[in-house]
Amino acid sequence: MKNKVKLTLLLTTSLVASGCTSLGVQPWERDLLAKKEMALSNGIDDSLDDHIYFSKEASSGGRSFGGGGCGCN
Amino acid sequence: MQLTDKANSKNKPTANIKAALTMATCALLGTDAIAQGKDDKAWDIDTAVLYYGETDRVTATEAVISGTKEFEDDHFLNLKFTVDVLTGASANGAVAQPNVQTFTRPSGNGQFDVAAGETPLDDTFRDTRLQLNAQWTQPWTDNSRVSAGIHLSKEYDYLSLGLNTNLAFDFNNKNSTLSFGVSHFKDTFSPEGGIPEPFEPMVLGAYFDEDDYKNRDDDDDDDYSENQRLVSEDNKSTTDLLIGFTQVINRRMLMQLNYSHSLVDGYLSDPFKVLSIVSSDGLTQDLVYENRPDKRTKQSVYWQTKYHFDNSIIDTSYRYMWDDWDIKSHTVDTRFRYFLGDDSYIEPHIRYYHQQAAEFYQPFLNADEALPEFASADYRIGEMSAYTIGFKYGTKLDNGHDFSFRLEYYAQRPTDAGFAQPGALAGLDLYSGVDAIVAQVSYSF
Repeated sequence: MKNKVKLTLLLTTSLVASGCTSLGVQPWERDLLAKKEMALSNGIDDSLDDHIYFSKEASSGGRSFGGGGCGCN
Repeated sequence: MQLTDKANSKNKPTANIKAALTMATCALLGTDAIAQGKDDKAWDIDTAVLYYGETDRVTATEAVISGTKEFEDDHFLNLKFTVDVLTGASANGAVAQPNVQTFTRPSGNGQFDVAAGETPLDDTFRDTRLQLNAQWTQPWTDNSRVSAGIHLSKEYDYLSLGLNTNLAFDFNNKNSTLSFGVSHFKDTFSPEGGIPEPFEPMVLGAYFDEDDYKNRDDDDDDDYSENQRLVSEDNKSTTDLLIGFTQVINRRMLMQLNYSHSLVDGYLSDPFKVLSIVSSDGLTQDLVYENRPDKRTKQSVYWQTKYHFDNSIIDTSYRYMWDDWDIKSHTVDTRFRYFLGDDSYIEPHIRYYHQQAAEFYQPFLNADEALPEFASADYRIGEMSAYTIGFKYGTKLDNGHDFSFRLEYYAQRPTDAGFAQPGALAGLDLYSGVDAIVAQVSYSF
C-alpha cells in the first residue's frame, strides 16, 4: 500500500512538473487569479476549521502544518 | 512576491496581482497571513467569532483577531490572537452498562454517575485557551521568499510552544512555486490530579477519598497499590515537514499539491480516557486508564484546486493521511462560491471524512484476556465517517468593510468495530454519534 502511494505520488509529481512549462499565464492574464477570493487559503475560516477537526478526528495538517496546539477533548 | 517588476509597481492591476499572489504565497507557506498589499500600508484586520455546539456534549466559543501590516515592499508581519472557551461533556471511553455507573472525575475532585444504557460522558470539561501567532514574511531573492513564525497556546492544563520557517521559490515565469517548510512544537500537559499510569485502575466507591486520591504518591501503601503513582506533567514534541508545489494552470485555474511528514514523540495518551474491563457476561469489572504508544509518524498528501467560472468559484481539496498507528483517512472538501451581484456571495460547503481505526483501538477490554501493550477506547481514533454541510454568506458593506456569516452542521458516525458484545453489552450502543452546529460571524476592515 505504501509503495502504491509513493508510486502514485512520484508519477503525479513528475507529470505535473514536466507539464508545468506549458502551463501558466502571462502577467496580463492574471485578472481572475488576482482576485482575493482566488487565494488558496480561506484565512481565519481555515484555522478555525483546523482546530475543530484536529480536536474531533485523528487527522490534521495537509493543507498546512498540523502540529501541536491544544489538549483538546 | 511573485511579481517584482518595479516599473509596473504603480499600475493598479499589477498591485492587485501582487496582493492576490501574496495571499496565495501565504497559503502555500502554511501561514494564515492575509496581505492585501495596500499602498497606505495600514493594518488589515480580520476578526471572527465562532460557536461550536454538540448536542448534549461539548460547547466551544472561539474569537480571533488577525492583523497584517506591510512594513516595506513585500515585508509582512501577521499577528493573530485567539481565545476560546470550552465547556461540556466528552465521552470518556467507558462502555454503556445496563446499570448506573460511577466514575471519578479526572481531577480526582469528586465522582459522578452515568445512567443505565447511556454512553459515559465526563461533564467536567471547562477550559479557556489563549493563543498567539506571529509570522514574518519577506523576499529572500528576486524569485524567492522566506518566512518565520512563532506559536504560543496556553490553557489551564496545557502549554504549546511552536516555531516554523518556510522557503518558497518561484519559477516558470512565476507560474510555479515550490516551497519547503519545517515546524517544531513542544507541548506540556499538566492535568489536574496528574498523569495516570498506563492501565492504572480508576479508584471508585468506598476506596475513594478525594484528598488522599489527589495527594497519593509512590509511598502510599494504604488504599492504593504501587502502580497508581502519578507524575504531575508530561511532554510531547511534534516536528512537521511540508513540501508544497503550486501551479497556475490557466487564466481561471490554480492547483496545489502538498506532501507532509510529521513526527510526534512523547506523551500521546489522553489522561482523561479510560477503558472498561468487561467480564464474559458483559458487565464492567474495572475501569483502567488508556495507554497509547509514545511515537507516531504521520504522512499526508494534499491536493487543492480552484477554478473561476464567469460568475462563481469552485474550491475542491482532497487529503489522504496515513500513519504508523494504522490510521488512514480520506478527506474531501468542496466550496462553491456563487456571486450575487458585485458585492455579495453565497457559498455552499460540503466535507466528507472517513478514517480507519488505530491498530490498538478497542471499545473495551476482556477480563479473561491478558492486557495488551497498548489500548484506547477513544472513539476519535476508531473507525468513523464524518460529514459537514453548510453555507456562508458574505457581503461588502457601504463603508467598504467585509461582513460574512456561516452556518454548518457536522455529524460524526463511528463504525461498529465488529467486536463481539457479550451478555449485557448486547444491544447497547457502543458507537454513539456526535451532532454539532457551527456558526461563525466574520468582519474585516
